[in-house]
Amino acid sequence: MFDTAKDAFVAFEHVQKSYDGETLVVKDLNLQIGQGEFLTMLGPSGSGKTTCLMMLAGFETATHGEILLQGRPINNIPPHKRGIGMVFQNYALFPHMSVAENLAFPLEVRGMGKSERETKIKRALDMVQMGDFGGRRPAQLSGGQQQRIALARALVFEPELVLMDEPLGALDKQLREHMQFEITNLAHQLGITTVYVTHDQTEALTMSDRVAVFDDGRIQQLDPPDVLYEQPQNSFVAQFIGENNTLSGVVTQISGDRCLVKLDSGDEIDARPVNVSAVGDRTTVSIRPERVEMDKRRLSPDAHTLKGEVLEFIYMGDIFRTRLRVAGSDDFIIKTRNAPDQQRLTPGTQIEIGWLPDDCRALDA
Amino acid sequence: MTDTTTSGPMLSADGVPLKTSLARALRRQKLRALILIAPLLAFVVLTFVVPIGSMLFRSVENQIVSGTLPKTIEALETWEGQDGTLPDQEVFQALFFDMFRAAEAKEHTKLGSRLNYERTGFSSVFRTTGRSLDDIGEPFQDWLEDADPAFAEGLTWYEIFSGTGGEDLIEERRAIWANMVGEGFAGDIGFTLSGEMAQLLPQTAAAYSDWAIYTAIVEDDVVAEEDPWEAVYAALALDLARDGAASALAAYSGAGAAPIANALAALPSLPEIDFRAAFIAENDGWGDTGNWQTLKIYSPDYTAGYFLNAIDMEKGLDGATARPESQQIYVKLFIRTMIMSLIITGSCILLGYPVAWLLANLPVRSANVLMILVLLPFWTSLLVRTSAWKVLLQQQGVINDILVWLGFVDDANRLILMNNSTGTIIAMTHILLPFMILPLYSVMKTIPPSYLRAAKSLGATNWTAFWRVYFPQSIPGIGAGSILVFILAIGYYITPEIVGGTDGVFISNRIAHHISSSLNWGLAAALGSILLVLVLALYWLYDRIVGIDNVKLGG
Repeated sequence: MFDTAKDAFVAFEHVQKSYDGETLVVKDLNLQIGQGEFLTMLGPSGSGKTTCLMMLAGFETATHGEILLQGRPINNIPPHKRGIGMVFQNYALFPHMSVAENLAFPLEVRGMGKSERETKIKRALDMVQMGDFGGRRPAQLSGGQQQRIALARALVFEPELVLMDEPLGALDKQLREHMQFEITNLAHQLGITTVYVTHDQTEALTMSDRVAVFDDGRIQQLDPPDVLYEQPQNSFVAQFIGENNTLSGVVTQISGDRCLVKLDSGDEIDARPVNVSAVGDRTTVSIRPERVEMDKRRLSPDAHTLKGEVLEFIYMGDIFRTRLRVAGSDDFIIKTRNAPDQQRLTPGTQIEIGWLPDDCRALDA
Repeated sequence: MTDTTTSGPMLSADGVPLKTSLARALRRQKLRALILIAPLLAFVVLTFVVPIGSMLFRSVENQIVSGTLPKTIEALETWEGQDGTLPDQEVFQALFFDMFRAAEAKEHTKLGSRLNYERTGFSSVFRTTGRSLDDIGEPFQDWLEDADPAFAEGLTWYEIFSGTGGEDLIEERRAIWANMVGEGFAGDIGFTLSGEMAQLLPQTAAAYSDWAIYTAIVEDDVVAEEDPWEAVYAALALDLARDGAASALAAYSGAGAAPIANALAALPSLPEIDFRAAFIAENDGWGDTGNWQTLKIYSPDYTAGYFLNAIDMEKGLDGATARPESQQIYVKLFIRTMIMSLIITGSCILLGYPVAWLLANLPVRSANVLMILVLLPFWTSLLVRTSAWKVLLQQQGVINDILVWLGFVDDANRLILMNNSTGTIIAMTHILLPFMILPLYSVMKTIPPSYLRAAKSLGATNWTAFWRVYFPQSIPGIGAGSILVFILAIGYYITPEIVGGTDGVFISNRIAHHISSSLNWGLAAALGSILLVLVLALYWLYDRIVGIDNVKLGG
């Protein structure tokens, strides 16, 4: 995407971080973020994503490596001189100041005059549709309102880079979805670069231009959401993003973008080799529940199929979720759309399932 | 939905008003809660509220004067006293009988000590007079016994005065005894007063009743078998010498009519009755109008005198006046106590704030070690800590030695760090420091580090972030710590006593002095009450300025 780290707006170069001198929390991180990009760092807790964000903000120092902002190394610049806006997990709105005072704070410390401050505060509040709330105390606001104020405060001094550390974690589902939409809109409207940390994969998929999936101190995959979902590069990403059926087996035949996998139960299936290179490699194949096909007519005539027994049928409104016993595994899930002609399976029914070879990815064991 | 169209109070399902049902349902719970706290409540009331209440009551209570000398006080009412004349004979007469009674019960010395607080020397006036009251009454006894030897017999007296109809006077005298001694004088005295005698010889009847009550109840003797006090003889002499007594007694023909007639006949040889001269002869304190003024000023049952004393004023006949400059100590002491407590509170904030910050922000392991260091003083006896400061602070002590060794201080001019206010401030700051650190710590612990980070990310320098974001949020802790330290400091006693010398003592040391050395409990109580009111007033002021909601002892 970028030729060198110098071209990127933000760049991590071989960054490592250790707290205790014994274990690395971040292992050799290399990441380039473009101007105006919305990048999400996604991963389970303890994967190092928040540490990366804190290093970028300046609250943690990198043990090794360099962080560049617009081509300049910022390792030795204290946080208050970096000019990076930040939204915290619990908003960190100053409880002893009113909303307007909270917003005035970054402008005051920059020595901005009163009238200019007021214009900017008004514009920022209007931007998050909180124009009438300037006189309130943070404690008098609801969670969603506090969230908006925190966002306005991070944006009021017009930073070019905004960091968000799980900003929606404390909101309920509906509000969260609404705010996801608003934040992305605002970020794109203002053209600011955003680095967003979350452990919620739906949030990452819906908001981001690119998602960096963190695990064990490394970026496991860095791709746009659709690529990440449809073409996971390893079994961690496949497991972490969305729901996934996994079956393990051994590669018995491989040719170009097709391979044959012999499952531990003895059944053979078609798959697309991703992390396997030779016959005899152990592999975990991954199939999305919505890509499993029950209708044989849609599969190619020579496709391998598996027998399955329905164990459970769950009605979820928009979709049906059916749990099967397939190839010795009791938690094989298929999802089907709630269409008028869709079959509602009853437990005990024996069915035959298959898939397009491209949808079944043979990953690392 | 239930039917809610009916008007009037809301009813529960069985038709009882809802409020009544609710109260009934909650009563059990409330009762149970009350029973749970009952032991503590009883403990607090018995060991705290009652003693403190009685102590505070002592600051105005003054019944000892009117209780011991009730008739004297009555007689003194008409005496103005401003023009330097002594009270008239009537007062001295009443004093004789009151004192006689008090001296028999050994109550006169207590009154002497009480009045000595107000006027030095009063105590010895009472003590010496008490010993010689018999001498004042003796001439009358001799005279009566000369007039008729029957007066030497206790039975004669008994026969004269016993009868019926004088019960009221007996009860009145019984009440006077009870008032003076402070306990009940109930019980049979084996004697009933004749109503006729109570009228014919009122003073004697009263004096004889006094004696009879004392003899029967305190001495546990039989009234008819004992000889009365000299005071009874004096009273009879007074009654007989009164105008019109002879004509009234002429018609008397009851028991002892003959000795009485003989005594009346002997009236011309009655020695002169001049109690004033007699008292002044025993102790010239009774000739001092100043003493009499003091007695009159402090005659009411309740007095503001202790409080006036406590603010360096004294009570005169014309109202309160300031004491002479050389005797003013308490106001100065109060002001010093307040100023030094403020200084101690201030130093505790300055020293405690960084420690509390470290405690709240260090990793758990180091914070625990630090916490132990903070709490260590709590586990050491207060006396030991203060004595340790004595070792450190004295002129040949550790601190001076080090300063001299380092060359900061010349050996000849060692610093005077104790037996003055410096010593008190240093030692008390150290002792009270945990009371500042702990509330501060518990408040700081609740301030998430993300606030400081947020402030810095918004462009604030470390100092601005601290001063504008962290510090305002820690103010409740400072408030709580300050109240604790200040209130503890203002009433501190041991430390100023040990390291304070004369310049560094607090008002509480003075209170302790009055409680245990001078035994002027009234003044101690007044000083204590003023201290209590001061603390409450400051608390109120604090609430007005800072707001008590802004005080937090923890999350």
